[in-house]
Amino acid sequence: METAVLDRLHTEEFLVNMGPQHPATHGVLRLILKMDGEQVISVTPDIGFLHRNFEKICENRTYPQIMPYTDRLDYVAAMTNNWAYARTVEALMKVEVPKRAEYLRVIFGELQRIASHLVFWGCMGGDTGAVSPFLYGLRERERILDLFEMTCGARLTVNYYRIGGVSKDLPAGFHEKAKAFVKYFKPKLKEYAELLSGNVIFQKRMKGIGNLSQNAALALAVSGPVLRGSGIRWDLRKDEPYSVYPELQFEVPVGERGDAWDRYLVRFKEMEQSLQIVEQALDQIPPGDLLAKIPKVLRPPKGEVYVRTECPRGELGFYLVSDGSTKPYRIKCRSSCFVHVSALPEMLDHKGHLIADAVVTLGSIDIVLGEVDR
Amino acid sequence: MTKEDILARLKNQFAGTFEVQDIPPGTETTVKLSPGKAREIAEYLRDDSYLRFEVPLCASGVDYPPENKIEVVYHLFSLAHRHYITLKYYANRANPVVPSMTPVWAGFNWHEREIFDLLGVKFEGHPDLRRILLPEDWLAVYPLRKDFAYETYVPMPPK
Amino acid sequence: MIQRLPDVTCRVPGGGVFLNTVEKFLNWSRESSLWYLTFGLACCAIEMMATAASRWDMDRLGMFYRGTPRQCDLMLVTGTVTHKMAPAVKRLYEQMAEPRYVVAVGSCATAGGPYHYNSYSVVQGVDQIIPVDVYIPGCPPRPEALLEGCMKLREKIKKQHLKEWASDTRMPEEPKA
Repeated sequence: METAVLDRLHTEEFLVNMGPQHPATHGVLRLILKMDGEQVISVTPDIGFLHRNFEKICENRTYPQIMPYTDRLDYVAAMTNNWAYARTVEALMKVEVPKRAEYLRVIFGELQRIASHLVFWGCMGGDTGAVSPFLYGLRERERILDLFEMTCGARLTVNYYRIGGVSKDLPAGFHEKAKAFVKYFKPKLKEYAELLSGNVIFQKRMKGIGNLSQNAALALAVSGPVLRGSGIRWDLRKDEPYSVYPELQFEVPVGERGDAWDRYLVRFKEMEQSLQIVEQALDQIPPGDLLAKIPKVLRPPKGEVYVRTECPRGELGFYLVSDGSTKPYRIKCRSSCFVHVSALPEMLDHKGHLIADAVVTLGSIDIVLGEVDR
Repeated sequence: MTKEDILARLKNQFAGTFEVQDIPPGTETTVKLSPGKAREIAEYLRDDSYLRFEVPLCASGVDYPPENKIEVVYHLFSLAHRHYITLKYYANRANPVVPSMTPVWAGFNWHEREIFDLLGVKFEGHPDLRRILLPEDWLAVYPLRKDFAYETYVPMPPK
Repeated sequence: MIQRLPDVTCRVPGGGVFLNTVEKFLNWSRESSLWYLTFGLACCAIEMMATAASRWDMDRLGMFYRGTPRQCDLMLVTGTVTHKMAPAVKRLYEQMAEPRYVVAVGSCATAGGPYHYNSYSVVQGVDQIIPVDVYIPGCPPRPEALLEGCMKLREKIKKQHLKEWASDTRMPEEPKA
């Protein structure tokens, strides 16, 4: 009876505009959804609403002046952006960063990873309708931001790293506070695993949604938790190690099916691993210099270099072309989120997902529009 | 595979159709493609079992007004063999048209759109070449070019 | 609560009755329950989220986020406004019902911020498109600064007159072409 009715019913596809202002778009992203009833047929992302011309501005700034601009690329994880840029210029100038500075970089990079994944965890709950994780996640994140503020004075856009090292040393009381945070947060992670990950409704909302196959993941060059969620074990910290990561023990969580649930679980487990790294680094940190011996006015030699770093959202790559002067000739920022948004159609088209699943998929790839649009 | 092995293997197949560039600091394998064989070399790089460059990392455009060229630079990575290669293609600044690499590596789709938007390079064979970052009603001036004059483009607030 | 009220009301002997002008009551009720639009554009949005979260709860001030401008009376413009986004900002402002207020949070919304020079796509301050009531400097402003900005807005609302918000004639002049 139903098919008889449906055959004679006239239906049409229509476009729904999930416009730049929408509580679920994680920033100013516009998604044009072609719908058949409640099912999404295809999605076309429209970006550029936060295009703040990072690349053009950097052509008019000296190398140290670019550091604060890199904070604002992926503004939820500013420390790792700084690190990615510092590594790029150091590769071009062949600078050796002192050991203590490397340990400090790792400590703050991993603390930033935990803070960024907490924002993801809270917002993932919010996207599926659970409001409590948002409050819990941001509450724990405040403790990490206290540590940042103690050291470099800023909570969000930190500008802490410098080309050749870091800018400030650990203040008195940092070790105790950081160790106290690690001790406090470990049992909390177990609690939050039960709160959200253990929730059957949440699992049903996330499992089987937004699948990204391994071949598609490689062809589209996704990286970070999105790639690991699809089952490919590739982490720059382990596979092309930089800084002092070879001296630290940690594991790399990998998903199986490449759906939203796997991506969420990979990030959740990464928080545990980052906590472990922070603990080890706090124990192993040696005394020493904070900055390598580099000239006051930086003039990297003529050349080109492409360096990528593992940031919480994926790989942040900088392609730097230097012509020997104090300002870069061209700096191209290859952000992971730009690539991940381009992978959205692959995850959603023609799979029979509902519009709420589109929101969940978007949340699971964890984008920050500062990185997408630069 | 080392830099020399990769270049030797390429030379085996496509001798004379590409040029090796030695760019400081020398950590990258850079190959300049010529117009005729660019697509074939790309497909060979992707499909050959010893090279297997299946991951398209990044595509960028660099403007060089004194040499009257726009360089389109492709960075590729092989997850199977853990090696990198950089492909370069020079486009004439007056009429920049370049064969698109999107049919070979789908990941370059949006990167090429961005180069088209900000630098004005047209990609032949691109499935969907349109603006990506700038507003639709932007005038046809390309911001990332070195001769972009901020004064000539005075943005008007919307009515 | 009674201690806070003397500046708004006066107690009548016999108790139980508050007496004051309608204006003062309307202003008081409006300032204590400012519902704001979730209009996070860039980095300042993360600080707005942090202000709304556990440590600096904005809900205790009566401020709660709504997704649609039709239900809001406050628009917190947090972040950089670009030329592509500007028509959307204008449209959202026009969709808000009067009396409506705008707070420009952060230096990008105030005057373009770090993207003031050499930038081809950033609107130099959101007050070029919509009228702004309170400017909060900072990059990003701390949650305490955001809260102080909201308190300043509440003081501004306290002093409003009835006939002022009936017709919103504060739109900026169109620039001469």
